[in-house]
Amino acid sequence: METLKKTCLYDRHIAAGAQMSPFGGFMMPIQYSDIASEHNAVRHSCGMFDVSHMGEIRVSGPGAEDFVNYIFTNDVTMLQPGHIQYGMMLYPEGGVVDDLLVYRMPEPGVFLLVVNASNTDKDLDWICRAADGRDVKVENLSCDYGQIALQGPDSEKVAAEVLGMDLSDLVFYTFKYAGYAGGQVIASRSGYTGEDGFEFYASPEVTCRIWDALLAAGVTPCGLGCRDTLRFEAGLPLYGHELGQDISPVEAGLGMFVKLDKPDFIGKAATARLREEGPERKLVGIELQDKAIPRAGYPVLSDGEVIGEVTTGYNSISTGRSVCMAFVRTSFSAPGTAVDVRIRKRTFPGIVCKKRFYDKKYKK
Amino acid sequence: MSKIEEGLLYSESHEWVKVEDGKAVIGISDFAQKSMGNIVYVDMPDEDDDIARNEDFGAVESVKAASDLIAPVSGTVTDRNEVLEDEPGLLNEDPYANWIIKVEMSDPSETESLMDAAAYKAFLDSQE
Repeated sequence: METLKKTCLYDRHIAAGAQMSPFGGFMMPIQYSDIASEHNAVRHSCGMFDVSHMGEIRVSGPGAEDFVNYIFTNDVTMLQPGHIQYGMMLYPEGGVVDDLLVYRMPEPGVFLLVVNASNTDKDLDWICRAADGRDVKVENLSCDYGQIALQGPDSEKVAAEVLGMDLSDLVFYTFKYAGYAGGQVIASRSGYTGEDGFEFYASPEVTCRIWDALLAAGVTPCGLGCRDTLRFEAGLPLYGHELGQDISPVEAGLGMFVKLDKPDFIGKAATARLREEGPERKLVGIELQDKAIPRAGYPVLSDGEVIGEVTTGYNSISTGRSVCMAFVRTSFSAPGTAVDVRIRKRTFPGIVCKKRFYDKKYKK
Repeated sequence: MSKIEEGLLYSESHEWVKVEDGKAVIGISDFAQKSMGNIVYVDMPDEDDDIARNEDFGAVESVKAASDLIAPVSGTVTDRNEVLEDEPGLLNEDPYANWIIKVEMSDPSETESLMDAAAYKAFLDSQE
């Protein structure tokens, strides 16, 4: 059995009495108090997450820009230093290796790829194989970086007052170097909650110092439980649910992050073909009339026939409605379409809607 | 520490049963509600539905997950605690005061295989 890894903040989670659970190969905090309180802290003031499990892969060298553009769906030739792009790495067949953020670092020819913890090893292997024969250097820096996400409307103020970081000049999806406790910090205006907020990448030592300072200032520690409810409400995908090896970004509604007008990249032809033909299924939102909660894997039906499957579902903490994301046959994907979701032994009526249940509050 | 109410019978899946006027009143134990966390939805069977011992008859859901309710006895549902539809959190506040369903038992001798409070306490201790 694989030994579970610990983040640099592990001892603090245990001391705080967090409920811990394996996630992406790490032992991670699921909740400290309860998911709803932590969720609401992020929506209404701010909360902090240990996301040190995320993988960081540095790609550098004279061939770095061409190479990253070849393995990544977004167009990094359009990416300025200090800016971030979201996108995916695809298999030649069009499925998703992983979804990730690409940071163009201020140093020439250096990119930082931030990937899902559960996929870090697979991604690294994929990138190294693609890099064979190219003038690039690929390094796994995942163990060198801790990462804290400070999320919520008060984040900018808290970063200034508690950490002494003036981040007011950053707009969403940009970053800069900052300092804390004598160490360098990559301060990035980004996140996975639908709220304004920052992600801080720093050495494990500095990460612990940042965590302690934020905690002492009364920032709510938040676990992965509410990270999921928050990202879900904002319609953000999670690899393994809305994305995966057998799912195309076109099906998942993420076609805008696949730049088919740029030179060849892995998965381009397959994606272009699927967009041309039109996908057989699409990711939609479904709102139920009842409070029964649709969960991942539950079937979606029409007239008793299975036409899809739930990928993530909750009783939305922010709206109180039972909602889910689901892949359904394209002919049932128009908003307003009536469908049913089977929950255990019964079926519940629902209506197809947009898959964003909460409007994002990013600083543009 | 979980609270265990005297005078009730318990199942290994953490339901409690109280026999009242020949009917089985069924709820979940304090241990069950604590391990679930905030309960946000209770899926109950309808009146007149038949339930069978050791089979699921509904579910209790937290934000994160659904836990099946396993029938401690067999019989026909006579009452469902409809208050829980609007206030599922009552199961967190007091799981013993807030029952889920009442059942007309088809085989009252089934209660003999359930644990009393002392046996349930020993069972919980052995699970740790």
